[in-house]
Amino acid sequence: MTLAGTPIERIVIEIGRTAVLLRTSDHKLAKMLLDRYNGFVTPAENVAAEFEIESHDGGPISSEQEVSVRWKNDQWIIERGDFRVRWSPRRRAGTIRQAASPFATDSALRIVHSLVLASEGGFLLHAASAIRNGRAFLFAGASGAGKTTISSLAPSDVVLLSDEISYIRREGNTYRAYGTPFTGELGRNGENVSAPVEKLFFLVQASSNGEACVGRSEAVGKLLKNILFFSIETSLIERMFKTAVDFASCVPAKNLLFSPEPAIWNLIA
Amino acid sequence: MPLFISHSEDTASRKLDGEMLVASFRTSTLFSLNEMATFIWELADGQTPLDEIVDRICREYDVDRETALQDATDLADKLARNGILERSESAFPTQKGGTSA
Repeated sequence: MTLAGTPIERIVIEIGRTAVLLRTSDHKLAKMLLDRYNGFVTPAENVAAEFEIESHDGGPISSEQEVSVRWKNDQWIIERGDFRVRWSPRRRAGTIRQAASPFATDSALRIVHSLVLASEGGFLLHAASAIRNGRAFLFAGASGAGKTTISSLAPSDVVLLSDEISYIRREGNTYRAYGTPFTGELGRNGENVSAPVEKLFFLVQASSNGEACVGRSEAVGKLLKNILFFSIETSLIERMFKTAVDFASCVPAKNLLFSPEPAIWNLIA
Repeated sequence: MPLFISHSEDTASRKLDGEMLVASFRTSTLFSLNEMATFIWELADGQTPLDEIVDRICREYDVDRETALQDATDLADKLARNGILERSESAFPTQKGGTSA
């Protein structure tokens, strides 16, 4: 339980040009958040959302076992067993009641960012991403598809943006990938940089390396399966469908057949 | 008896490379329609009778009317079974149906 009257820590975490201010009087949690989001903590004043964190060491915060995202009374209510977020986009403010763990904050932030992006034609994608020669490449796939493996095989000229969750923002008629602190098994934050998206690969484990064409309609279906999206609001689901079609219309997609060896990166340029 | 067809309310559709992609929000399923099905989908406004849609198919494609009617009826049945199209013996109210862009 937080203690009334103790100083409030302010931490601004900026991911994909979207800054979120977290305020907490739990100094232990604040220190964990500063470590967790190393490279993404900024002094930015202009934030898209600000949250008061109320941390608890006790039992479950919510009875919801799965993530639940609902729009009610002009605010988002996002909850799972270890956290509950109430967030009014109109006021750009909300609260996070959570277990005293950065994992709960991490889950809450992912969902908040997915909602911010959805309103702007962007999305979070289950994909590793990396920059090579100034262009970003996305490697999409479910757990076990090889996102961390291909990231760990990257040569030294490659800048890793994430081995798990990629941050895609629409910029005019192009898309840009940003580094994220949302990590997979690599356990290392991505670099806080960005680049225009050159190509989307769907990872397919194989005995040898190669590329296979994916039609744009097929790409939309595969893309939708890998977009992180939690809301059941029809208008947002519809918007996400249109976003997937728009993305597939302007970013080429291929299947990347790969065996876990560094030579796979010869195909990425 | 005339037959009218209309997109179900919980769908959205977008055309990509000549194919219509139809998303069903109810079943979280994505459908990809071929050229003929796309043609019919675009005319399924709830106001145009299927007979008239078939006439337009015959004008657009080199196909006899009997075959076109059978194909269009089969397609409407199939899409209705998948929950993305609705059928009625009277015209649907205007503004009904899923969105397209």
